[in-house]
Amino acid sequence: MGPHPAGHPGRERREMTHDPSHGKGGAGASAPTGASAALGPEAHVLVGNADLFVNWARKSSLWYLLFATACCGIELMQAGASRYDLDRFGAVFRATPRQSDLMLVAGTITHKMADRVKRLYEQMPEPKYVIAMGSCANTGGPFYKDSYCVVKGVDLLIPVDVYIPGCPPRPEALIDGIMALQKIIMRKKNYGAKA
Amino acid sequence: MTARSNALPTQEMTINMGPQHPSTHGVLRVILTTDGEVVTRAVPDVGYLHRGLEKIGERVTYAQYMPFTDRLDYLAAMNCNCAWAWTVEKLAKIEVPERAEYLRVIVCELNRISSHLIAFGSYTADMGAFTPFLYAIREREQVNDLFEMICGNRLTYNYARVGGVSGDAPPGFLEKTKEFLDYFEPKLDEYNNLISYNKIFVHRLANVAVIPAEEAIAYGLTGPNLRGSGVPFDLRKDEPYSVYPKFDFRVCVGTGERGTLGDCFDRYMVRINEMRESVKIVRQAIAQIPDGPVLAKVPRVFKPPVGETYFRSECPRGETGIYLISDGSVNPFRLKIRTGSFVTMNLFEKITRGLMIADVVAVIGSFDIILPEIDR
Amino acid sequence: MEAQAIFDTLKGKFGDAVVELQGEGFSPAFAVVAPAAVKEVSRFLKEDPDLSFDSLMCLSGVDYKDKFAVAYHLHSLKHRHAIGLKAMLPRENPSLPTVDDVWPAANFQEREAFDLFGIGFEGSKDLRRILLPEDWEGHPLRKDYKYPDSYHGIKV
Repeated sequence: MGPHPAGHPGRERREMTHDPSHGKGGAGASAPTGASAALGPEAHVLVGNADLFVNWARKSSLWYLLFATACCGIELMQAGASRYDLDRFGAVFRATPRQSDLMLVAGTITHKMADRVKRLYEQMPEPKYVIAMGSCANTGGPFYKDSYCVVKGVDLLIPVDVYIPGCPPRPEALIDGIMALQKIIMRKKNYGAKA
Repeated sequence: MTARSNALPTQEMTINMGPQHPSTHGVLRVILTTDGEVVTRAVPDVGYLHRGLEKIGERVTYAQYMPFTDRLDYLAAMNCNCAWAWTVEKLAKIEVPERAEYLRVIVCELNRISSHLIAFGSYTADMGAFTPFLYAIREREQVNDLFEMICGNRLTYNYARVGGVSGDAPPGFLEKTKEFLDYFEPKLDEYNNLISYNKIFVHRLANVAVIPAEEAIAYGLTGPNLRGSGVPFDLRKDEPYSVYPKFDFRVCVGTGERGTLGDCFDRYMVRINEMRESVKIVRQAIAQIPDGPVLAKVPRVFKPPVGETYFRSECPRGETGIYLISDGSVNPFRLKIRTGSFVTMNLFEKITRGLMIADVVAVIGSFDIILPEIDR
Repeated sequence: MEAQAIFDTLKGKFGDAVVELQGEGFSPAFAVVAPAAVKEVSRFLKEDPDLSFDSLMCLSGVDYKDKFAVAYHLHSLKHRHAIGLKAMLPRENPSLPTVDDVWPAANFQEREAFDLFGIGFEGSKDLRRILLPEDWEGHPLRKDYKYPDSYHGIKV
């Protein structure tokens, strides 16, 4: 039997309900969200500015550096594992900073380690983001008052984009933090005129 | 393949297996001096997570120190909480209600299961098999759910108190625990079928870093590392504390089944078998647990008598001993925590001489070290 | 063997080097020895067949405000008994012989006592700072330690 006249039964059904005189084309998609619904099933075209696509790509494949110092590291591992899967956000862990664009500082940073944190941050290529996960990375955590060798917050060493509170934060909180970072990334203007 | 020529000048390489490394189980730095792929010297450099827990102990009260013991070994936080509580109770001679002791044993053994699951999962991931890690975390998440039921937290529990535990088991906790045990016990056979006797895995672990029994004792190894060398010493059986005398379980020792006695494979199998024994203990505890209060009457401003005490308990990574000196005030005078991982690192330099770099990773995983225990 | 019996054996063998037994309020009991005799006493405790303390459980430095001390907790796997050993040291230049050739498990713990208290161990095969950075100043666990203001430019 020859090929179906419309090529595919589903397509035929959709073509029958679709009115070919509907306005399709660039005019209906000036909104920067991929408004392919108004364009018809075979017009898989998205129109937007360059920032949209660059930021969309960046936020959907945030490769994070496996930098787990202390207890928050276990929550990070559990967030990336079976139940709270970070891979569905496109986030896979990389062991080397040269291939990662997100540094999740999970755990206490001591003075002995501070030098290495800075070096790891400098080894990451641009664009890079830092999430401070947990109380110890935010402000020094439970060791703020009495400890003599804990850096009171990783933002004393490197610039931080998102702070996630908790000791340790639940994996849901970590995912919320990553989604907040994704919002920050979507808002960034890469090519616009510098005001 | 060219034969090595004596005329070719070679040089030893110094490689830094730095604090940030996927296989070092934390921020451990190992300075390797290698001749090609063979390690001539591997010096561990620790202290990247030293947070001064012992000094903090001198500045807070006995009850305030409990959350800090969580951060001591966060994979076995219940064991560390209970070790601190037992030490203070031994010093001040406090009588703990029996139901509290049973609850402590139940959560300690469940925590032993979840700690060994991470040891198993991360060890196999280090060896290259990534999938068992996901299986282990799947089981561990169920234990986390049980702990969330009883104390509200998934990782740093702060559950034990001086004199008992902070809260009774909510209704349904013991039934859910029994369901989990019924679900989990066949999984151990699944893990053995999946990875434990896999030819490549056995090749990587058998006959690597053999530690004879005398050396293990002389270097202060404890816990599964000591039992993997064939020494049947388990604090729960040999110096029993709490309600452990009431339970019937086996002490798991290494048998040299796939290589020499005391190699990495033995230490790995001891952990797998210990999970089975922990399941047995929890089942017996659930059957025997009495009713009653869960916290003894301890004064609000707690001042134990002057004295010094040393209490050791069997934590998943070895023996956690706390040497506590009290001068009669509300803060401890001196608090020294002796952990299994710290003393195990003594042996690291000697045992890695002559191994390949990949075997160094196998040794670190088989010792099951965790950095906050080493660095405190 | 009971602590008093072990103490009496030590006193019989080493005489004045063994000072006193701290028993009441101390668990396990401590046999206080002179610092210079620590190595011989340790070797005797390990090798004597009736004592055979083959396992060093814990080695800790202590700062009693007027003096330092090093406390050893020993255990015997063969006889299942335990004892403590303590050596009192003066506050200026505290130092005593090492025991890491008797119990190799002592090495890291001696380094820790050196790092955090400044107690020197003569004859140690490796005595360096272990937990704190190499260029840290001071010994934090001393009772008169003042926290530094900053380290390498970062606020402590």
